[in-house]
Amino acid sequence: MTNDTAPQKSVGERLIIALPYLWLVAFFLVPFVIVGKISLSQTVIAQPPYTPVLDLSAGLGGLIDFFGALSADTYATLAGDDLYLFSYLKSLQVAGLSTAILLAIGLPIAHAMARAPARLQPFLVVAVMLPFWTSFLIRIYAWMTILQRDGLLNQVLQGLGLVDEPASWLSTDTAVLIGIVYSYLPFMVLPLYASLHKLDESLLEAAADLGCPRWKAFWLVTVPLIAPGIGAGCLLCLIPIIGEFVIPDLLGGSDTMMIGQTLWTEFFANKDWPVASAIAVVLLMLLVVPIAAWEALQSRQIREGR
Amino acid sequence: MRRLSRFNLVSLALGLAFLYVPILILVVYSFNGSRLVTVWGGFSTRWYAALLEDLPLQEAALTSLGIAFVSASAATVLGTLAALTLTRLGRFRGRLPFAAMVYAPLVMPEVITGLSLLLLFVAVGFERGVVTVTIAHTTLTLCFVAVVVQSRLASFDRSLEEAAMDLGCPPLKTFLTVTLPVIAPAIAAGFLLAFSLSLDDIVIASFTTGPGATTLPIRIYSEVRLGVKPEINAVCTIFIAVTAVVVILASLISRRTERPAAG
Amino acid sequence: MRRAFVPRDDLDKPMVRFDAVTRRFADVTAVDQLSLDIREGEFFALLGPSGCGKTTLLRMLAGFERPDEGRLLLAGQDIAAVPPWRRPVNMMFQSYALFPHLSVAGNIAFGLKQERMPRREIKARLAEMLRLVRLEGLNKRKPHQLSGGQRQRVALARALAKHPKVLLLDEPLAALDKKLREETQYELMALQDRLDTTFVIVTHDQEEAMTMAHRIGVMNHGRLAQVGTPAEIYEQPCSRWVAGFIGDVNFFDGTVDAAGVDGVVVADTAGRRFRAAGTAGIQAGTKVALAVRPEKILLTTAAPDAAAMPVNTVAGKVADIGYLGDLSLYKVRLDDGTVVKASVTNARRFAASDIGWDDTVWLSFAPDAAVVLTE
Repeated sequence: MTNDTAPQKSVGERLIIALPYLWLVAFFLVPFVIVGKISLSQTVIAQPPYTPVLDLSAGLGGLIDFFGALSADTYATLAGDDLYLFSYLKSLQVAGLSTAILLAIGLPIAHAMARAPARLQPFLVVAVMLPFWTSFLIRIYAWMTILQRDGLLNQVLQGLGLVDEPASWLSTDTAVLIGIVYSYLPFMVLPLYASLHKLDESLLEAAADLGCPRWKAFWLVTVPLIAPGIGAGCLLCLIPIIGEFVIPDLLGGSDTMMIGQTLWTEFFANKDWPVASAIAVVLLMLLVVPIAAWEALQSRQIREGR
Repeated sequence: MRRLSRFNLVSLALGLAFLYVPILILVVYSFNGSRLVTVWGGFSTRWYAALLEDLPLQEAALTSLGIAFVSASAATVLGTLAALTLTRLGRFRGRLPFAAMVYAPLVMPEVITGLSLLLLFVAVGFERGVVTVTIAHTTLTLCFVAVVVQSRLASFDRSLEEAAMDLGCPPLKTFLTVTLPVIAPAIAAGFLLAFSLSLDDIVIASFTTGPGATTLPIRIYSEVRLGVKPEINAVCTIFIAVTAVVVILASLISRRTERPAAG
Repeated sequence: MRRAFVPRDDLDKPMVRFDAVTRRFADVTAVDQLSLDIREGEFFALLGPSGCGKTTLLRMLAGFERPDEGRLLLAGQDIAAVPPWRRPVNMMFQSYALFPHLSVAGNIAFGLKQERMPRREIKARLAEMLRLVRLEGLNKRKPHQLSGGQRQRVALARALAKHPKVLLLDEPLAALDKKLREETQYELMALQDRLDTTFVIVTHDQEEAMTMAHRIGVMNHGRLAQVGTPAEIYEQPCSRWVAGFIGDVNFFDGTVDAAGVDGVVVADTAGRRFRAAGTAGIQAGTKVALAVRPEKILLTTAAPDAAAMPVNTVAGKVADIGYLGDLSLYKVRLDDGTVVKASVTNARRFAASDIGWDDTVWLSFAPDAAVVLTE
């Protein structure tokens, strides 16, 4: 039984709340405001490389000057150049496709884990988690070794006589998809396993008893019940993949860049901070709805986790 | 005892093979005598020996370990407080935005988090270097700690705390003598997670670092961009060995201490 | 039945006093203007269906809930503002709430360490408690290495170790299987006799309450429906609800036809007339219900001799027979369709086979077997 009238918080309780709260406001929330502000600035060759710079010492007049100098030029640049649009579309396409592949691969694995003998299950969870604990960079690097022109994959294919010429795997969209699926697989499998693990097996027995074949019971009973887990797993992969940088940078080609790469290039190569910020703002707008949906699923799962 | 159907067995075997074969190949080729990474030139440990000579790499590794330790420690404290706030302190004004801020960094693309933190540091005129990377990593990883600890607290039997108070233990002491020991494995897991995430990060570190502060992943990344090198295989193998040992030890310890009380 | 309880404390100074206490949660009133005295050395049971407020009452006594209105006195002192860790009462939790990271000894000594008892005394008290609950030799075990019954005894020892003024037990036997539960009931009674501590137990199991308690408070919707000894509550329920909640009962609804010194005559809705004894102060014309327990009804295959005794007799046909081994429960349908339950002890083997379905039988009960209920 809980008391639903919020009682006055003690000093200690206020401190517990205040510390992480202030930290996140300072280092998570405020930075977004700054990104928004800089996306409305203009590029200059200076340090920092944008104008206007808010000068608080100039008082109210300075504030008015500051707001007067803000402009939506960068967004006009984004809208005017197909490069950015293609970049966003490419990201969505890669993320959508890889999430679908992840679900198709992850579901059978998670299902098999949940069906394994109870004694074995903790070890299987560790086995799936373990690659995630080794560096993400290492895992991408491993695929570079395999996929390069004189790499293992081509050696095997040639050895089997399947191809005559070594095919170029690296610097293709296929390589990017493989890298993403490989890196994100644990993030798909574990939420799926968590919901499958909680599923009461007698429900499937009841379905079988009522004359429902196994494959049909999977669609009619299992899938609806683990839908929140499927949703959580897909969003947990989809959202970060849209903004992925390292994997397409190392495994992908140079024809069309994903939006994370575009942002990186604008920032580091072109030193165009306002455009980089505008890219980030638009990306964030795109992601607000999926992030909110994921948060709702996440807090629901934690509440039910008791 | 249940038996796995053939379909389940095959998906499990293929799944684990997919996860482990690339890593195994990497490890095997780190002992390759040939400079050509993909041509087997006999067993050799020469690339490990080469690492001993590579001082910048060692320096980067030390920088990374330092950042990981400090940021993981700070994130463990802040993340545990955040988890307590979300599970224990009931309603307060601003709880919803707080929860949103705790969960969002988990899925937020790193380029956005990195860029925004960099712009913050520039805006307030904070010199970039080890400190800024540490702050950035603390911010990111505290959220992971919070989620891990929160899910443990959510399944925590509140009557344990009531029993302690009933036996004469005031609230703060109850937290220290009962709650903390019981959730300690989750806090330790949170620390390890934060440590490994910090050690692993390239994107956020690239944005927030400054001259003179190169982390190990940034260093490896700049080498890897230029192509595959056997020395990198050796570094990766050491890294994999260390994490494997730590994770396996940690899961053994937590299994020993966190066995369910119900029988 | 258990030995009668002789109160030692002054009647005006009970060990526990709830004085018009109210506790509300959101839109539910869990405890509603409740007043109750519990005496020193008493074994008191709070009995009621789930959600009746009995656990809230116990948690108020422990200090986990504060009354919204009214006063709560412990040994004459208002304890409403005293936090749980300063109250001389201890609780045994339904889940036992044993600290998983501490050994049996660590759990039992936990409360003693909080009051900074010298180490030597803790050791002595620990040994005393282990002996009391027969757990000698298990003091180094962790809770997960114990059986359910052992865990229950550790929880009991831990709550008793501080020698509380009142021991609170929240469904203490709910997690045990039936056989162990019955054994433990008698152990708890013997323990309470020996220690002379006030026990307050919350339970939804009426047999448990009847077996163990000196007095029972039957709760419903946040109020006390009746407080009394187990026999009072069973034999003289004060309302239709209490009569129906405790044990099995037949009701005949009707109106008081004639009231005299030695009893009343009740005419029920089907025109049957019954005599009931010991009902002073009920006026003729009052609407009442006549409650008769199945075991107080005599079932015969021939009409009883009405001239011999002024008994209440009705005839009917057997509609259903439940054979329970020690007794058989007969459901008899009267002419107007009313079904009356009567139980017969199977004193002889295979005696029950005399009566079959649709046989005509006579049911009779003495005037003092019936309780007249006005509410």
